[in-house]
Amino acid sequence: MTALPAPPPRSRLLPFLGQIALGIGTLAITLLGLLLITFIIARVVPTDPVLSIVGERATEAQMEAIRVKLGLDLPLWQQFFIYVRDALQGDLGTSIRTGQSVTAEIARYFPATLELATLGTIFGTLVGVPAGVLAATRPGSIADQIVRVVGLMGYSMPVFWLGLIGLLVFYGKLDWVSGPGRLDPTYDMMMQFTLTSYTGMILIDAALNGAWDVFANAISHIILPAGLLGYVSMAYISRMTRSFMMNELGQEYITTARVKGMPEWRVIWVHAMKNVLVPLITVIALSYAYLLEGSVLTETIFAWPGLGSYITDALFAADMPAVLGGTVVVGVVFVTLNMASDILYRLVDPRARA
Amino acid sequence: MLLKHGFGRAAVFAALMAGTAPMALMAETPADTLVVADAIDDIVSIDPHEAFEFSGTDLNNNTYDSLIELDPTKPGELVPGLAESWAVAEDGMTYTFKVKSGITFSSGNPLTAEDAAGSLRRVVKLNKTPAFILTQFGLTPENVDQMITFDGDTVTIKTDKEYAPSFVYNCLTAGVASIVDMKTVMANEVDGDMGNAWLKANSAGTGAYVLRSFKPNEGYVLEARAGHWRGDAKIKNVFMQHVPEGATQRLLLEKGDIDVAREMTPTDIAGVTGNPDIKVQNDVGGQVYYLALNQKKAELANPKVQEAMRWAVDYAGMTDSILKGQWVVHQSFLPQGFLGALTETPYSLDLEKAKALMAESGVTLPLEVKFTVRNNQERLDIATSLQNTFAQVGINLVLDVGDGAQGLEVYRGRLHEMTLQTWGPDYPDPHTNASTFAMNPDNSDEAGNTGYLAWRTAWEPGELHALTEAAVVEKDTEKRKAMYEEIQRKHRDGSAFVMMFQQARQEAMRANVMGFYAGGATDSASYWTVTK
Repeated sequence: MTALPAPPPRSRLLPFLGQIALGIGTLAITLLGLLLITFIIARVVPTDPVLSIVGERATEAQMEAIRVKLGLDLPLWQQFFIYVRDALQGDLGTSIRTGQSVTAEIARYFPATLELATLGTIFGTLVGVPAGVLAATRPGSIADQIVRVVGLMGYSMPVFWLGLIGLLVFYGKLDWVSGPGRLDPTYDMMMQFTLTSYTGMILIDAALNGAWDVFANAISHIILPAGLLGYVSMAYISRMTRSFMMNELGQEYITTARVKGMPEWRVIWVHAMKNVLVPLITVIALSYAYLLEGSVLTETIFAWPGLGSYITDALFAADMPAVLGGTVVVGVVFVTLNMASDILYRLVDPRARA
Repeated sequence: MLLKHGFGRAAVFAALMAGTAPMALMAETPADTLVVADAIDDIVSIDPHEAFEFSGTDLNNNTYDSLIELDPTKPGELVPGLAESWAVAEDGMTYTFKVKSGITFSSGNPLTAEDAAGSLRRVVKLNKTPAFILTQFGLTPENVDQMITFDGDTVTIKTDKEYAPSFVYNCLTAGVASIVDMKTVMANEVDGDMGNAWLKANSAGTGAYVLRSFKPNEGYVLEARAGHWRGDAKIKNVFMQHVPEGATQRLLLEKGDIDVAREMTPTDIAGVTGNPDIKVQNDVGGQVYYLALNQKKAELANPKVQEAMRWAVDYAGMTDSILKGQWVVHQSFLPQGFLGALTETPYSLDLEKAKALMAESGVTLPLEVKFTVRNNQERLDIATSLQNTFAQVGINLVLDVGDGAQGLEVYRGRLHEMTLQTWGPDYPDPHTNASTFAMNPDNSDEAGNTGYLAWRTAWEPGELHALTEAAVVEKDTEKRKAMYEEIQRKHRDGSAFVMMFQQARQEAMRANVMGFYAGGATDSASYWTVTK
């Protein structure tokens, strides 16, 4: 009896590309749905966006002229169609408040948020994961209690208060960090008028320009708000890491590894961590997405021109093109990070590649 | 091992934190730069012919000039701006301005009478919100080329009828009458916008400063122009930083990282009082706080009820506590600093008198009144105080809280019963407030005269309308002043408004900052006067 010929090896690339295509399709549908919902909400709120532009002195005729200019006199479906058509071409409209392109404004605000959120997430992860592991490996110990209490504080204390206290102590009293804003005026003017902006992220731009004094000043400004966001993020990450790790440490394969005499650090950081990483990636990605959405209170206290305060200010001013533009970006961030964590998940967990 | 890893990370973090200390200590405001913290998110446009918000007009006051100006050091006094002389003809309707020679715009282009005439025409043709300050003289996009002309170095403005010359001149000091570099502006015209989009991110004036960068809701940088006609500004750069939070401004000021903080709360001001490095400069602002009573609600049209309400406001109690340093008691519609402004404040909290008036009014008590208030802490505090004192005289206020735009829509639609509002003058002449508080040409709903506050609250001002019309054409300034005083007294004691407070400003600054002028009730901030 001859054996059946072995099936040709399955290409790993095709399913992977299929997943990517599926992801892009999901992204498109999600964004369209998001836009539709935001658009409808924007149009049903009992606030007239025209008043925001013309102010309370304007006559009805002036208001009507602006309404026509903005296309607000058109049927809703037509307004939505025009918006989606323009958005697909990268035109998110013109801000009602400032008269500037929403795409250009977001391109200015988003890098500030990206820089802050990325550093915050790095802080949160670098501290949160070891703290969570420490707590999980010594449940009930003083270290565990400290991690839990510190985590609980990060969870429950208002960010506004933490930010002000942080400013008062580290900036006001100790002089360890610089105050609110992204740069001191001198460096800000240097960055604006003599250096080249490549990304809008000051740390990267300053480094690319070789302007290390600007870089150092930017670090001294960002460290406190990023540390604050990192602390909030750390509280979540450490708690979840503790929970995931405790669950893994109770598994039979861990007992087997210990019985075989494997060093404890290897049991924890190699064997258990491999499995903890799978859900942890999602947790970190979600935390990162949350920070990228913009932390309004942190941005307000630290006078940080980020996406969160941009969207909030736009909402208060009924500046719907800006609100919609910001929402699209937040939507893209969430879906992209979701896809990225999905890809990482597959890389980390071989079972998910099948 | 685990601990070692954890502490390793912590050590890196701590080192990073500690490493920033020397950098932080370097932070000081440069000697030639004025660093100002303010909330500038009210800016809609910095095109001077469109800008109508406080922060935008503050900026423009330093980048543009007008033909005639108010002297920052002598509030209310007219001084030459870009015009060296001006006159009104015998007919009372033709005004001429001789433009100074040798002045240049920031582009280097020389200032001409053509620029001046073109700028004023541009205001009318663009017809943005503040355009009414000029179009109220009968100027329209159709006739403006004939009404505003130039010849050589002279600009001529014709009005549709005779007005008080002081009224015309005062209006020409408003920000909307700024003179722009028409050649540069029109070279940047897109789709017939007369350079409007370009001027939202650039400046093109003759002012002491030129705009170097403007980032909405973030800040701007101004650079002093060399050889300015007023003399070079001592401060070479003005760095405005948008810092919305008062406590943050206070910290920055205490640390010396900013020179001027413009949005500190009374608590923060109290906190810096006594600090030898910081001084607090008191000034008045142009806004007034008032209650508007919708006359469509019969009970609120009852003069006894209106008077009772005036005696049921705890004016002093509020200015001594929740409004301390931010508002002062003021009971007429013209703010201090304006021609004809009244200083008298005859009303105070007198609940017994208010109760008696309510009893005399004949309305059924308790009277329930819907009270529309903007969702803002200060306004809610005032509303709470009013709720308390009004309840004691038989008026139950039911709060209707919403955001600013919602409240405004209710007010403009005459859908309120009673509302708490502020109003700021549009230009430095008494007619600005008199026209809106004491005039209402047509009180019908169909008229849609939303520009008149009297219309918004459905109030028919009777003789005050005619008196205000007469005051605006009175050529004798002393007589004109007396007329506004009379109008205000009648308005204060017998209108659908309860006038309560005038804005007070407290600017906190480093002790070495001299000559900072915030603008008072009639003008905007001047940076070119500052030294430090």
